[in-house]
Amino acid sequence: MKLHIKGGHLIDPMNGIDRPADVFVAAGKIAAIGQMPDGFHANKTINAAGCIVCPGLVDLSVRLREPGFEYKATLESEMLAAAAGGVTSLACPPDTDPPLDEPGLVEMLKFRARNLPGPRVYPIGALTQKMKGEALTEMAELTEAGCVAFTQADTPITDTQVLLRALDYATTFNLPVWLRPQDFYLARGGVAHDGPVASRLGLPGIPAVAETVALSTILLLARQTGARIHLARLSTRESAAMVRAAKLQGVNVTCDVSANHLHLSEIDLTSFNSNLYFMPPVRGLRDRDALAEALKDGSIDAVCSDHAPVDDNEKQLPFGEASPGASGVELLLPLTLKWAEEHGVPLSDAIDRITWKPAQILGVPGGQLGVGSCADICVFDPRTRFTVSSKTLKSQGKNTPFLDIELPGVVKATVIDGHLDYEAI
Amino acid sequence: MTRSLQLTADGQLKHLLTLDGLSPAILTRILDTAESFIDVGEREVKKVPLLRGKAIFNLFFEPSTRTRTTFEIAAKRLSADVVNLNIAASAQSKGETVLDTVSNLTAMHADMFIVRHAQSGAAHFIAQHVEPHISVVNAGDGRHAHPTQGLLDMFTIRRYKGAFHNLRVAIVGDVLHSRVARSQIHALTTLGVPEVRVIAPRTLLPTGVEQMGVHVFHDMQAGLKDVDVIIMLRLQNERMKGARLPSAQEYFKQYGLTPEKLALAKPDAIVMHPGPMNRGVEIDSEVADGPQSVILPQVTYGIAVRMAVMSLLMGPAQ
Repeated sequence: MKLHIKGGHLIDPMNGIDRPADVFVAAGKIAAIGQMPDGFHANKTINAAGCIVCPGLVDLSVRLREPGFEYKATLESEMLAAAAGGVTSLACPPDTDPPLDEPGLVEMLKFRARNLPGPRVYPIGALTQKMKGEALTEMAELTEAGCVAFTQADTPITDTQVLLRALDYATTFNLPVWLRPQDFYLARGGVAHDGPVASRLGLPGIPAVAETVALSTILLLARQTGARIHLARLSTRESAAMVRAAKLQGVNVTCDVSANHLHLSEIDLTSFNSNLYFMPPVRGLRDRDALAEALKDGSIDAVCSDHAPVDDNEKQLPFGEASPGASGVELLLPLTLKWAEEHGVPLSDAIDRITWKPAQILGVPGGQLGVGSCADICVFDPRTRFTVSSKTLKSQGKNTPFLDIELPGVVKATVIDGHLDYEAI
Repeated sequence: MTRSLQLTADGQLKHLLTLDGLSPAILTRILDTAESFIDVGEREVKKVPLLRGKAIFNLFFEPSTRTRTTFEIAAKRLSADVVNLNIAASAQSKGETVLDTVSNLTAMHADMFIVRHAQSGAAHFIAQHVEPHISVVNAGDGRHAHPTQGLLDMFTIRRYKGAFHNLRVAIVGDVLHSRVARSQIHALTTLGVPEVRVIAPRTLLPTGVEQMGVHVFHDMQAGLKDVDVIIMLRLQNERMKGARLPSAQEYFKQYGLTPEKLALAKPDAIVMHPGPMNRGVEIDSEVADGPQSVILPQVTYGIAVRMAVMSLLMGPAQ
């Protein structure tokens, strides 16, 4: 398959390209940029006039819900949704049922994903067996099976000794550990940011210190062990400041923020809309703005969708009884573009936060379009705005707080490994 | 959102979910309407035909005796048909969702749901999903709101104090877990009480409670000085288990209302309690049964206030 992506504006942050240029794809690789190679005959030409051509998106947190939660979503539905969102690589957390804590489960997931059109799927293995925070998983075996990192997803390790040993063991094999900082006890029972809005609504709170206390522990352990730690989905202003300071001191950490947390705050909770129930919770306006700023200055490396399709029956409940999370893989690009618009961020920097940076965190190919690299490409129209609706979402989960909101950026085509896996009609 | 959900397009009350955001005019109208119902309870035939033929369902997802009973009495005095559903013991335990329960009852031609639920926002949730002709009254949702209790407390204060604009009111105890306190605070600030105080240890106060327009006191002696109204809140025993308090004894010593502490308030101060009381934990029996206590009249007024709410939501005047 040879593709000619014609007439678009190429933005490839890693290679410092931001200019009109055609892209030529052959045998799954970028064959040329700008000039058509001699003797190139495209099987298909994609008209990219008026569009941005950039590396395919790399999403650091997409729940595919397999195995165990197929009623919420299936691999087919979510991989199609991801491709429609311009995503060409995704990391899926192990919070499945059973959790991804055995090589067989990981191999099965990789096998199933490989036989479906859609993005490259990179499983994140469970750090502890059954994610109980007690016994370590076979991390070396799991890595051979295809895991690229290890995590506890949303179930923090309460026993700090286990956490330290897990970091030490992972570091033995130079394996990255992804942690979402949350003190189990301080967060216990809470469903919303502990602030004036939750107080008024009578929603049990999760204080900001539930995150920063755990973050402080993790940063100290990171310094001691030298572990490769990625901090997933920071939610508070103080966390952003702590990570900024730790990086200046040379601590080996990276971090991401969910696109939801760049736009939402506790203020949005007033109608008890369970689509705004997130873990971690959306926090105060100052937190939201500090996260947006930290992403801009690079203290926060990447944006993820934190895609969590939820069945209607689990969302159509009183706020505190609903399942947390939102479907978001199709909104990663639009929400990142909206952030860039609102904060005066150059388009190239915005694309960097959802392509090259997350690819580096994952340690996988993609995220850039140098000649000879893998042909994972997203073509999108940055000017057209669309209104989010349950009809337009391809994910099986229609649960999003952005329903009826107008967002910028419509994906026109997604090329994965040289194949045109999605094309808008 | 909250505001528009409980009001119709022309500003009439459609549901009663919270007092937060309701205008002084609406609150006053409910209180005035309640006045007109007071004498119904004193007649030989304690009934008016305002809601004849209307079906009211008491939907209690959380057990309650007193609130459910007063709603039932209020509905019957308005000649409505009342069905009590103790859902905590039936449908929910069989796995039926809240929405299924609501649609089933809607199919039985309900006109109003009186809802109590352990989750904050549950009444909002139901109001968002009922058929347009049905009204929802929140009879207590989690820690969020208990608007009819808040209203009956305002009714009691107005009866004894005449007006709101010159009062100092102290709310004492477990504000953190109290839907009653939240509704009282919204009503008191809306009706123009210039000084609302909350008195509690830090472990029983919600984060940022000052932003609801109250003054915080941790010292009960200082907090009660020169107040006109003292509202005591119920202290649940489980607060001792969750490391919020060391013991009922220490709590009573610090925050229990005794005759000595009551003496710090204005001589004509009234003492209120939403019930059920824990004598010797938050309130001394001598105060609870004393001349300044208006705790029993609160219960009586509760019926008139609930009649007022029901009749305003679906009476012929609408």
